[in-house]
Amino acid sequence: MLVKTDLNTISPTSPISHISSAIHATPVTCVTEDLVFTAAFALQSGAVLPEFSLRCETYGTLNASHTNAVLVCHALNASHHVAGSDAHGELGWWDNMVGPGKPVDTNIFFVVGVNNLGSCFGSTGPTSTNPATGLCWGKDFPVVTVEDWVNAQALLADRLGIAQWAAVLGGSLGGMQAMSWSIQYPQRLRHCVMIATAPKLSAQNIAFNDVARQAILKDPDYAIGGVPRSGLSVARMIGHITYLSDDDMAEKFGRELKNETLQFKFGTDKGSADFQVESYLRHQGEKFASYFDANTYLLITKALDYFDPARAHGGDLSLALSGAACDFFIASFTTDWRFAPARSREIVAALIKTRKRVSYAEIDAPHGHDAFLLDDARYMGAMRAYFKRIEHSAQEGTS
Amino acid sequence: MSLRADQQYVAQWVKPGSRVLDLGCDDGVLLAYLRDEKQCTVLGIDRDDAAVLATLKLGIDVIQQDLESGLALFENNAFDVVLQLETLQQMRRVEPMLAEIARVGREAILSFPNFGYWQHRWQLLQGRMPVSKTLPHQWFDTPNIRCATLADFADLAANCGLKVIERVALHQGQPVHFMPNLRGSQAVFRFAA
Repeated sequence: MLVKTDLNTISPTSPISHISSAIHATPVTCVTEDLVFTAAFALQSGAVLPEFSLRCETYGTLNASHTNAVLVCHALNASHHVAGSDAHGELGWWDNMVGPGKPVDTNIFFVVGVNNLGSCFGSTGPTSTNPATGLCWGKDFPVVTVEDWVNAQALLADRLGIAQWAAVLGGSLGGMQAMSWSIQYPQRLRHCVMIATAPKLSAQNIAFNDVARQAILKDPDYAIGGVPRSGLSVARMIGHITYLSDDDMAEKFGRELKNETLQFKFGTDKGSADFQVESYLRHQGEKFASYFDANTYLLITKALDYFDPARAHGGDLSLALSGAACDFFIASFTTDWRFAPARSREIVAALIKTRKRVSYAEIDAPHGHDAFLLDDARYMGAMRAYFKRIEHSAQEGTS
Repeated sequence: MSLRADQQYVAQWVKPGSRVLDLGCDDGVLLAYLRDEKQCTVLGIDRDDAAVLATLKLGIDVIQQDLESGLALFENNAFDVVLQLETLQQMRRVEPMLAEIARVGREAILSFPNFGYWQHRWQLLQGRMPVSKTLPHQWFDTPNIRCATLADFADLAANCGLKVIERVALHQGQPVHFMPNLRGSQAVFRFAA
């Protein structure tokens, strides 16, 4: 696979050379870089980051009028690596959606993936060095919100020379960022594409997040400043259950046993599992704990919990969205119980009430919340059709 | 992209620049026509995946939804015109649907297959359920669960508080003036809501 990756840090003043030099190629050519922002950055909490860097990855070519840029916002555990293969041969998390000839066609669009502040894949976060102490931020990294992320992404857009995105796109927590763009920077995007998302978390959503956080916070290793692998793996197991549908789990695992007979004992490792589903979840938890940062997990679930743009408007989402100037595309999946179709319909209703242009596809897919990452002909077809419309608006430079 | 004759007929009733909602917008072709030729602001609703995709491909906004769940998305008088063409006969809850149409639209245009069309009557006289161009399905697989004539529907509309502005029977998209309930295969009503 032909992949061009450049993990070297580029100084803020260096020209964005790839914009003119990127070549059309199949498979997608991705360019990775770290953008450093040296001005103090105020967070919603009141904390100030003296400086920060964002790791981003870009695909395709920015056109001369800079009207074909698409920002892809990631959800809880993903990163800037959206498509193509990285230096380690890892495929991007939305490679089925973004690439040459794919629904978000990188032969047409200049696609930008960015790792959010507070994450652990290269952007400034708990695993970075706190300039004030010279030590790792760790649990002292300030709480960040969706709005903070969007503010940081806006600085990234400035740096890349993108005054207005053709579209801001995201699924789940990424969809919340897309929505927040339409509220915080209404003139800076022409289309907002929100997949499997919600205008705010329900009590049930927050409850799941807090159980996950408590698993980390109550891990004795966390208390002594160590890596709470056990807590993080349990947090991931809980999260993972909510991404799958009941039917999907029944089909994948049923009551299949790991071994031929019941073991009549308890254990924490994969080997002690009676049922396949236990073994699978323990494996997923352990794998996750080996690469993900526990403080990042705390931060990102907190950002999810806090997101509620209607709150400043007496709970009226249509008021919150009334200043938006873009067109909207929303999709949900019938078996998603984490962010159910009813949550997407709340957004649709609010947009219609405030007379925005909105399209909504409710995809009858069996895979629960995870469906937004999977191939489904109806989902992919609807995305492709909507991005064709975005392409036309990019050519005109207006919606 | 060309309109069916009956779509062409109802399109003439839509004033340029109207806000139009199409309930059961199918492939979105009528809405595209109203957008392009009459500068209307248009929105479609359909529950069918293929219809939603076809409408999206035309760059027309569409909401995927089953109409049986009502029109709670929309405020009173949100649209100048509400269209529901060849869809009402597939609804389980006809009266609530009509009330919702009256609520969200200032004007409404509805069409459905006229069960009173002479071919349908003739087939019934012969002891068979009608099958024709406007009722193309066999009795056991038809999505058309409401069978009404021009006269039946006029009665219901009056009971629902819809004021009939025009009432036309079409055959092959052309209006039938002489004995319309017998000679028209398709019933078309235009209401003030």
